[in-house]
Amino acid sequence: MENNKIEVIVVGAGPAGVSAAITIARAGRKVLLVDRADNVGDKNMFGGCIYAKQTAEIFPKFWETAPIERSITEHKIFMLTDYDSSQFAYRYASKGSYKAFTVFRSKWDRWCVEQAQKEGVYYAPKTLVKELLLENGKVVGIKTQYETYYSDIVIIADGVNSLLAKQIGLRKEYKDSNVTVNVKEVYRLPKQRLEDRFNIDSEDGIAAKILGGPLKDMFAMGFMYTNKDTISIGVGVSLDELKKAKVKPYELLDDLKEHPSIAPYLKDAEFVEYSSHMISEGSIDTIPKVYDNRVMVVGDAAGFVNNIHFEGTNLATLSGKLAGETAVFALEKGDFSASTLSLYYKKLQKSIIIKDLRTHSNTIPVLKKNIKTISSLYPELACEFFNILHSADEVPKSAKYRRFVSKVLRSGAIPKTIPLGIFAMEKCLKK
Amino acid sequence: MNINEKLASLKYNKGTESHLTVDNDVCIRCKEKFCTYICPADVYEWNEEKCIMTIRYENCLECGACKIACERNNIIWKYPNVEYGVKFKKG
Repeated sequence: MENNKIEVIVVGAGPAGVSAAITIARAGRKVLLVDRADNVGDKNMFGGCIYAKQTAEIFPKFWETAPIERSITEHKIFMLTDYDSSQFAYRYASKGSYKAFTVFRSKWDRWCVEQAQKEGVYYAPKTLVKELLLENGKVVGIKTQYETYYSDIVIIADGVNSLLAKQIGLRKEYKDSNVTVNVKEVYRLPKQRLEDRFNIDSEDGIAAKILGGPLKDMFAMGFMYTNKDTISIGVGVSLDELKKAKVKPYELLDDLKEHPSIAPYLKDAEFVEYSSHMISEGSIDTIPKVYDNRVMVVGDAAGFVNNIHFEGTNLATLSGKLAGETAVFALEKGDFSASTLSLYYKKLQKSIIIKDLRTHSNTIPVLKKNIKTISSLYPELACEFFNILHSADEVPKSAKYRRFVSKVLRSGAIPKTIPLGIFAMEKCLKK
Repeated sequence: MNINEKLASLKYNKGTESHLTVDNDVCIRCKEKFCTYICPADVYEWNEEKCIMTIRYENCLECGACKIACERNNIIWKYPNVEYGVKFKKG
């Protein structure tokens, strides 16, 4: 690097940053990727899943060499009441075609950066960007704790808190209703016991979402993933509701772990690690301006999250790729103005990123409003239904059916479901 | 398992300087003190006797929720300096 000048600087070596950097290096351009961690991945945490499609666009057939834990072959939903549960699962015979994998970010992110370095990305660890360097109001580089680096383009990939996007006014701080606080714990169990417990083959894994039970009073959802010889379990809860309830996020997780339908999964497993992360709500309304003169924002820093479908790393990878392609185009043109970089936004609009954010623009507020229906009423009715199916006693079936129907009617389940049904239909019909 | 046992599972490189700062006078006037509830690492604790917000910054998980939860916008939130702060071995 001459005089500390390089064509592109990418700040943050998560999935978005790596994807942007590698896309630029593959086009033969000079790119510097910086990250604040001692060892890449040290500071990164997520629930659990990376998605095969978008990841393979950057790293073809990555599952053959990358440090993956398990291939997801079962998606499961737990609907908990105080003591009981109804469980729904979809199991998928992968036959060599993969949808998603569990990974640990410490290992995964390290592998991704190693691949990027092999393809010509310059990587600078232990580099905390204190601020973006501005000249005449335009971004011309970065100021780290020790040095100043110049570049034609800076790609901001510094995560959900994105201090850099806020510095230049592209983004405002989120409101408490726009974010969830997530806590996770990892438990170790011998591989064979884990596979027996979850009824899975040696390479396969499950991804579970958990509704209701100890989480029923607020907008919160539990999750559970199987790794090679560990189980990840966690809770995400909306920050505004956490404030209202004055509970600690880890207390919700502790309560969830004690639920009679969840506790057996963790029995005798050894506690390995606790961690936490904030996730933005993922709505088109909270998306910042993602480009300006000489700068683009990608991944979590731009709020590209789909909470409804538990997607994030895939959108990060895709947005990084699109920003990388745009940077290459701008470098070829020799023009780094906002109007040239607006190509990035056009690409985002054509991709699932903006389309899905639009589809879910209002979903979380609607779910929040109906949270009692979703996380109390539905689990109760589902459990009641199963209870009728399997309770062989002296009560005649007709009386049981009547009791169930009258419970459905009294609970107002039908009128409560109509607005949700209409809302869901609107989403389906949206192009 | 209490929060200290949870946090004991993590590697920290504890610096001597806090990356989290508050104006204590604002905390004194703050009734809600949401930071003391929502933090996943119990970093914030109100000392009733001394009327001081104690900040155990060395336990911070760097999630950023506190600065949003604070109704008075009173938390200056930065990343810890390089080499300091939490390290996730799994993540």
